[in-house]
Amino acid sequence: MLTNKKLKLAAIAAGILGIASFAHASGGGHKFLSANNDVANQASLQRGARNFVNYCMGCHSAQYVRYNRVGADLGLTEQQVIDNLMFTGVRPSDTMQIAMTRDDAKRWFGNPPPDLSLIARNKGPDYIFTFLKSFYVDPSRPTGVNNTVLVGAAMPHVLADLQGLQTASYEGHADAEGNMQKQFKGFEPLTKGSMTADEYDGFVRDTVNFLEYIAEPVQMKRRNLGIGVIFFLLVFFGFAYALKKEYWKDVK
Amino acid sequence: MSTASQPDFFDRVGSRMSALGAWIDARFPMTKMWKEHASEYYAPKNFNFWYYFGVLSLVVLVIQLVSGIFLTMNYKPSAEHAFASVEYIMRDVEWGWLIRYIHSTGASAFFVVVYLHMFRGLLYGSYKNPRELLWIFGMLIYLVLMAEAFMGYVLPWGNMSYWGAQVIVNLIGALPYVGGALVEWVRGDYFISDVTLNRFFALHVVALPLALIFLVVAHILALHEVGSNNPDGVDIKKLKGSNGHPVDGIPFHPYYTVKDLAGIVFFLILFSFVIFFAPEMGGYFLEHANFTKADPLVTPDNIAPVWYFTPFYAILRAVPHQVLGVFAMGLAVVALFLLPWLDRSKVKSVRYRGWLFKIPLFVFAANFLMLGYLGLQHPTPQLTMLSRVGTIIYFLFFILMPWYTSIDKTKPVPERVTYNAH
Repeated sequence: MLTNKKLKLAAIAAGILGIASFAHASGGGHKFLSANNDVANQASLQRGARNFVNYCMGCHSAQYVRYNRVGADLGLTEQQVIDNLMFTGVRPSDTMQIAMTRDDAKRWFGNPPPDLSLIARNKGPDYIFTFLKSFYVDPSRPTGVNNTVLVGAAMPHVLADLQGLQTASYEGHADAEGNMQKQFKGFEPLTKGSMTADEYDGFVRDTVNFLEYIAEPVQMKRRNLGIGVIFFLLVFFGFAYALKKEYWKDVK
Repeated sequence: MSTASQPDFFDRVGSRMSALGAWIDARFPMTKMWKEHASEYYAPKNFNFWYYFGVLSLVVLVIQLVSGIFLTMNYKPSAEHAFASVEYIMRDVEWGWLIRYIHSTGASAFFVVVYLHMFRGLLYGSYKNPRELLWIFGMLIYLVLMAEAFMGYVLPWGNMSYWGAQVIVNLIGALPYVGGALVEWVRGDYFISDVTLNRFFALHVVALPLALIFLVVAHILALHEVGSNNPDGVDIKKLKGSNGHPVDGIPFHPYYTVKDLAGIVFFLILFSFVIFFAPEMGGYFLEHANFTKADPLVTPDNIAPVWYFTPFYAILRAVPHQVLGVFAMGLAVVALFLLPWLDRSKVKSVRYRGWLFKIPLFVFAANFLMLGYLGLQHPTPQLTMLSRVGTIIYFLFFILMPWYTSIDKTKPVPERVTYNAH
C-alpha cells in the first residue's frame, strides 16, 4: 500500500529529477549532429584507430594513451599494433606522442594542436562529429577553410581529400532595426572527394568512436563490472532486510 | 571423540577471550564505551526514512577517507604533474579508475546525504533545546565539508578546478580593507599557482579531514549525551519502564545496527549505479570543462561551481554589489547556525505544527532547490531576477521565523511516540 508519506517522497524525488533534466536540456548553444557511435563496436574502434593514426597523429598526440592498451582493448595482437598503428622508433608500451614540438606547433599554427586523449570527455562525441563535417571554403583564412562549429579554427581541413570541399550558404534577413543578419543555412558541395557522403560519415563516426574510447579506456569493463557489483549488493540487501525483519519482530 | 571435544575447545577459546576482555577493561573502557554508545544506547523506536542519513554521512566519510588514502599514493600535487597524475590513476594504476570514481562520486554523495540529514533536522525540530550544541557541531561539519570539497575540486588541476578556485578565492579579495592581503595569504602567490595547489593539497588531505573527524566525534558524543530526537519530537526519557530504560526506546545495537545495515546496502546500490554507469552524472559530478588541463589564458564558457554549492552561488550573483554579495552568501550559511534560537515554537516536530510552519518550510526547501538550479545557469536578466526573488525568500524564512513560529497553531504532542509494530 502506498501511504501518503511515500507519495510525498515520490513527489519530492520526481521534482528533483525534473529540475535536473530541465537543467541538462538547457545547456549548450550550437546544435550538434548526433555522432551515433557505439564504443562496444570493436570493428568500428579498429577502423577509428587506423584513421586516428593516419590522419590525426600528424599533429595531435594522445599522450595518456598506450599503444599496447589500445591493442588489448581492441582485440589486436602486439604484431598487429606494431604493423598498423605504430611509427618507427616507439615501443608498444609507449604513449601516443607526436614528433612535432609545442614550440614548432605554435609557430606554424598559432595555436598548438590540442592533445586528443580526453577531447571526447571535454567536448562530447557529437561536437567532434559535427566539427569534422563542418569545414567550408573561406579564402580569408590562411588555411583556406573555416569551420561553423569553431569559427576561426587554426586547423586545416585534413580530410578534404576524402570529403571534398564544401561552401557554406547563408540566408540574409533584416532584423527589427533593419540591419541585415546572416544566418547559416547549410553546406553545398564544391569539389568531389574520394568518399561518398555516407562513407565520409562512417569514417568520421569511427574516428569519433575511437576518441570516445581513448577518453576513458576502462568504460566497457566498468559497465560489465557494475552489473556484477549491483547484483551482489541486491542479494546482500535481501539478507540484510531479512535480518532486520527478524530482529524487529520483538519491537512492539 | 571430535564431537565431544569441540564444545570444549570453543569453551576454552571463549573463556580466553573474556579473560582478554577483562584484561583490556581493567586498562581501557572498552566494554563501557560499547554499552554507552551501542548496546545500551536507547534510541526511539519510531525512526523513519529520514533517520538513515546520519549513519549514511558517516559511511560516506569513511569511504572518502579510505579512497582518498589510495588516491594520495599516486597523485602528484604540482601544477605541472597533477592533471597527468590523475589520468595516470584513471588508466595505468590497477583499479585506480574505480578508486577515483568512488572518491569523486563520494564527494557529491556526501552533500546529498548531508543536505537530507539537515532537512530532517528542520522537519522534526532536531536543533531545538536541548540539542542546540549538537546542531552547532553539525553546522561546523557542514562548513568544514564545504572547504574540504572546494579544495579537493582544485586538486585534479583541470580548467574548471583552476577557474573555480580563481572565482572563489577572489571573493575573499572583495572584503573591505583586508581583502587584498588576505587573498594573497590564502593563495601564497599573486595568482592561483603551484604554491596554491600544494597548500590546498595539505589542507585537503591532512588538516581538514582531521577537523572533520574531531567534529564528527563531538557531534556523536553530544547526540549520545542528550539522546536522539524522533519524528514525533517526543522526549522518550520522560517515560521510563521498571527496568529504568525509556519505554519507547530500544538498544541501538542490535536493532538499529541491523536496520542501518539494510539502509547502507541500499545506499551502496544507488552509489554503485553512479560509479559504474554514470560517473560524470551528466556533467554534474564531473564537469566536462574539467577534462582539460588548467589554462590561465582560456576561460571556460560558463564557470559554475559543482551543484552542491550552487544555491549559495546563486545568492552571491543575485546581489548587485560584489562585497554585499559575499556578505549575503556568508550570512546565508550563518543563518542556519541560528535556527535553534529563531524557532520559537513549543513543538519540535512538523507533525504537530500548523500551516504557519509547514508552508514556510516547504517554500524554503523548494526555493533552495530553485536557487541550486539557478546557480548552475548562465545568468540572464530573467534568471537573475528569479535569483533575487529566491534570495529574498531564503532570508525571509529566517527573519520571519521568530514571528510565524510563535503564532503558529500547534497540535498537542502525545505522551508516547507513534509506532505500528509489523
